[in-house]
Amino acid sequence: MNVQPTPVLAIDGLRVEYPLANGSVFTAVENASLVIRPGEIHALVGESGAGKTTIGNTVMGLLEKPGRIAAGSIHIDGKRFDAARGSAEGIVLGRDVGAVFQDPMTSLNPLFTIESQLTEAMRFHLGLGKAAARARALELLESVGIPEPRRRLKAYPHQLSGGQRQRVVIAAALSCNPKLVVADEPTTALDVSVQAQILKLLRDLADSRGIGILLVTHNMGVVAQIADRVTIMHRGKVVETGLTEEVLRRPKAAYAKALIGAVPRIDQRLDRFPVLGDEGKGRAEQARAELRAKADRTDVPSEDTPILSVENLCVDYTTGGWLPGSKGHRFRAVDDVSFSVRSGEVFGLVGESGCGKTTIANVVSGLVRPTSGRVLYHGRSIAGEGAIRRAGPVRQAIQMIFQDPYSSLNSRMRIGSILSEPILFYRLADTRAEAESDVERLIEAVGLDADAAQRFPHAFSGGQRQRLSIARALGARPRLIVCDEPTSSLDVSVQAQILNLLKDLRDATGLTLLLISHDLAVVRQMCDRVAVMRQGKLLEQADSEALFDAPQHAYTRELLSLVPTLDRIRGEIKAA
Amino acid sequence: MLNVLISRLGQAALVMLVVSAVSFVMFRYVGDPVATMSRENASVEEKAELRRSLGLDQPLVVQYGQFVSRTLRGDLGISYRNQRPVTELIAERLPATLELVIVATVLSLALGIPLGVLCALKPHGIAARLVQALSLVGISTPTFVTGIVLILVFAVSLGWLPSFGRGQVVDLGWWSTGFLTISGLKSLLLPGITLALYQLTLIMRLVRAEMIDVLSSDYIRFAKARGLPARYIHFRLALRNALMPVITVTGLQIGSLIAFAIVTETVFQWPGMGLLFIQAVSFVDIPVMAAYLLFVGLLFVLINTVVDILYAVVDPRLRARSA
Amino acid sequence: MKTLAPTPGLFVRLGAPVSVIVAGMVALFLVACALLASWIAPYDPTDLASFELINAELPPAFTADGDPSFLLGTDNQGRDLLSAMLYGARVSIAIGGGAVLLAATLGVTLGLLAGYFGGRVDALIMRIGDVILSFPTILMALLVSGIARALFPGAATAEWAPVILICAIAIHEWVQYARTVRAATMVETAKDYVRAAKVIGLPPRRIMLRHILPNVMSPVLVISTINLAAAVLTEATLSFLGVGMPPTYPSLGTLIRIGNEFVFSGIWWIALFPALALVILVLSVNIVGDWLRDRFNPKLRVKR
Repeated sequence: MNVQPTPVLAIDGLRVEYPLANGSVFTAVENASLVIRPGEIHALVGESGAGKTTIGNTVMGLLEKPGRIAAGSIHIDGKRFDAARGSAEGIVLGRDVGAVFQDPMTSLNPLFTIESQLTEAMRFHLGLGKAAARARALELLESVGIPEPRRRLKAYPHQLSGGQRQRVVIAAALSCNPKLVVADEPTTALDVSVQAQILKLLRDLADSRGIGILLVTHNMGVVAQIADRVTIMHRGKVVETGLTEEVLRRPKAAYAKALIGAVPRIDQRLDRFPVLGDEGKGRAEQARAELRAKADRTDVPSEDTPILSVENLCVDYTTGGWLPGSKGHRFRAVDDVSFSVRSGEVFGLVGESGCGKTTIANVVSGLVRPTSGRVLYHGRSIAGEGAIRRAGPVRQAIQMIFQDPYSSLNSRMRIGSILSEPILFYRLADTRAEAESDVERLIEAVGLDADAAQRFPHAFSGGQRQRLSIARALGARPRLIVCDEPTSSLDVSVQAQILNLLKDLRDATGLTLLLISHDLAVVRQMCDRVAVMRQGKLLEQADSEALFDAPQHAYTRELLSLVPTLDRIRGEIKAA
Repeated sequence: MLNVLISRLGQAALVMLVVSAVSFVMFRYVGDPVATMSRENASVEEKAELRRSLGLDQPLVVQYGQFVSRTLRGDLGISYRNQRPVTELIAERLPATLELVIVATVLSLALGIPLGVLCALKPHGIAARLVQALSLVGISTPTFVTGIVLILVFAVSLGWLPSFGRGQVVDLGWWSTGFLTISGLKSLLLPGITLALYQLTLIMRLVRAEMIDVLSSDYIRFAKARGLPARYIHFRLALRNALMPVITVTGLQIGSLIAFAIVTETVFQWPGMGLLFIQAVSFVDIPVMAAYLLFVGLLFVLINTVVDILYAVVDPRLRARSA
Repeated sequence: MKTLAPTPGLFVRLGAPVSVIVAGMVALFLVACALLASWIAPYDPTDLASFELINAELPPAFTADGDPSFLLGTDNQGRDLLSAMLYGARVSIAIGGGAVLLAATLGVTLGLLAGYFGGRVDALIMRIGDVILSFPTILMALLVSGIARALFPGAATAEWAPVILICAIAIHEWVQYARTVRAATMVETAKDYVRAAKVIGLPPRRIMLRHILPNVMSPVLVISTINLAAAVLTEATLSFLGVGMPPTYPSLGTLIRIGNEFVFSGIWWIALFPALALVILVLSVNIVGDWLRDRFNPKLRVKR
């Protein structure tokens, strides 16, 4: 008979509460249970506010006051966690339980060397002397795959790259041979390629050392790639739990189905994202029709000229050198990039961070001047050589929506004022009253109620704010909207709604969209044509289907292979 | 690192340029030295002669050049008020002020840093609240009021400490020090405390704010997650991070102390540069004012440059070129 | 924009502890008294005919040798100390307030420009600011005073003294405003709503005034309280040193200076009462300013 090894972590009926100042109680986690065995990676998934981070903090004993455990139990390696003490008997945080946080830049103390930060825990918990600790630190660095470990010991955190720093953080978590590691969004702040390496590292560690890992994340792709079991949470409750393959392929709960369905697929393009929740259909369609009617009043240019044409664009940034005459460092953000966008299509610019896609977006929308090359709008140069001053219809025609919904609306202005600003500035309405009714149309067109105009931005959620940003961009009656990572800061289900909205608007008004994103799956779902960028250069552009089914450039192939997706569970490609 | 050094020196040179220019303008234009130095009923020719001998008929740039070269040789002119070379006056008074500033700096750091740490670590404790309340009083009381109150209490009522003067001083070369005699030390106490009080409060509040900030940072949280003991985290890690900006502020504040010494010296009749300056302002003794400005400007610039370099040395992010 | 009328209701709504409310009320009371000095003072200390030397150095009314017509005693010229204090407080607050107003206007404008445009504009403004900051307030103020006295000798100084003092203090204080506003402006300029405004095509002046300014005002208001306290202290210090308000139109600092000469001969009230008034005024403003700063800067808030 098999003897079951003691679970590394056993949570049973856990309830975590925060008493509020006004006497009521906020329940962050309600009746949560899960079990992690040695060598198992268990993913805890949910959108923001689900309670997954709270569980992570509680297990580590870092639950912030006034939060408290109101019911249930936690056992770490069979030993009961004592809520009053904030730890389990015989279990030492840092020795038996290791932690990995999200942002490696801020996890490491900038004033101390790698060696000192790696050896601290060992010297306290294991009582090792300086030399012994250093030897172990070297071993650890090697085991997490850091090249030239001896040199790195003497280095400071700012001298390492992001991926290397996260490896150091993992090494620190492992330093005293813990049984359990709690990893809170360990790869969210990293590039796709680095992310893949870190995930592989975690998997290897679990397999080789028999460590149990509690992986807190919002990214389903990450879950698919390395987790053995997964627990999905929503608003503090456990919605579904089980083996990864089971849950991802055959989810039972409605929320779980919706969440998994909302994840953009990279293997095939769907017409619309299936969404959970109200999309505000209501008056939206009618409002959009009215918008279209207004748009038709302006000239419709010929179909032959591409609406946007980027020719041999180069953008350099110089840093340093405040004394006149001294040269600072020159950094080429965009290197001889050319592409064109046809009227009415959705064109995607995709690449990892630092590839130059955001710089191009800034040039197209007029925020940054190019160093050389030019950008043409309907054949007329608007940036670079021979550029006309952007004003009036040309300025109006190109608008932009941004990544961060929380900073894209001025928190001191009412929605009505924010949305009416472009209308009044370009005198697109004849009277104030007309402007106000235009604003209401815009708000309805993006799926919200017209009374939003009276309120302030802080009354709205992230997804709603992004809708309002889109409404503002539409207010100027543009022909082209540059979308700079419009959904990267949003939860998966909200992302789906926003992307559907963009599709609907495009269909209703014939807008052209230039979509900037690092998320290949989103790009596949949204775009007609795609261009791939890397380090300032444009490597490949093609029709979307062609690019994803048969990528030509080696880098594109590599990028596609690294994206953690639902189709590849634990690295094996399964039939749908 | 070299870049930082060059840029700092460049800035220092710029400041000295400005300071010397202002000094020169004061010296030359504000008030008429010829009228001040010649007799009541001097004739026009005599005044013109005086003018030529002082070189006042030369073009401006030449005069500035002469001013700079004279300054570099140590000739800062003659005081209108007591007809002595200004350089001599300054040399005489400098040690008094510097000793006072040193005592005040040491006091403020020795008390301010621990108090700030205390307030950050146990912010709701009685001690912390008391210290914070007192610190508010500290920054609301002008230096001269503190001085007068201290004199009233310790010198007039209790008679423990002297209320003016430096006491007995010992001459070491051209430097006269009060550290080596009991009366000298006693005399340093009240003015030192008076001068230190404002500075102390500032440092305490700064250390407290920085510590609180650092204690909520991710890397401290990560250290807690590694189970390191609280004492280690607070005193070996967090304090180190929190003290960084304190270095810069202390450096800047030394300059401020030299200026506030003016007030303290006035209250305690302390024979330092500050008292000299205030008397110069009252008598409109331009050479002394200009010289003080130049001198103090130089001191500030030196201190700031040293502090900047020190900061660059201590912060590893500024120290090494990244690999 | 929300209006901030300083009523008790406001403080309570903002969640101020009792000590802050009390301090706020005290500050307002003192300011009100000072502003209404002409009406509520028993005598007019500026009217040379209203006091006589024979009344000089009388102790306060509640002491043994006091004269009931002079509540807090008289100074060395026979002026009623209470009246002199009221007028003096008015002068101190007026100069302090004037300096803060001037510094704020200048500093906020330059800070906006530096933060929004960056580049050379920023470098120039910041360099000038750095040079000025290398010198402490007192020194700059003394220099300005000294030069002014040399340039406009004699009687003119008494009339011009307030203006000179305001300029002398403001010349140092604007830098702090500029730096704070510049930092806040740079943060706001990087935010997407400013980028959106630029993309829409709005001109820079409109963006700075309509969008950015309202968002950077809260630190300005906070440091203004603290700066007001500092400005009043600086003026008091300058007057104490003899280069501020003259004895014919004294501020609280001047009164303390006068009183200082008599302290050792047992005539304590001339120095004490003005000193008390000064400290209480500045303290109450500082208590409010401190709390404001803690409340609006979440980083400094201590976790419960």
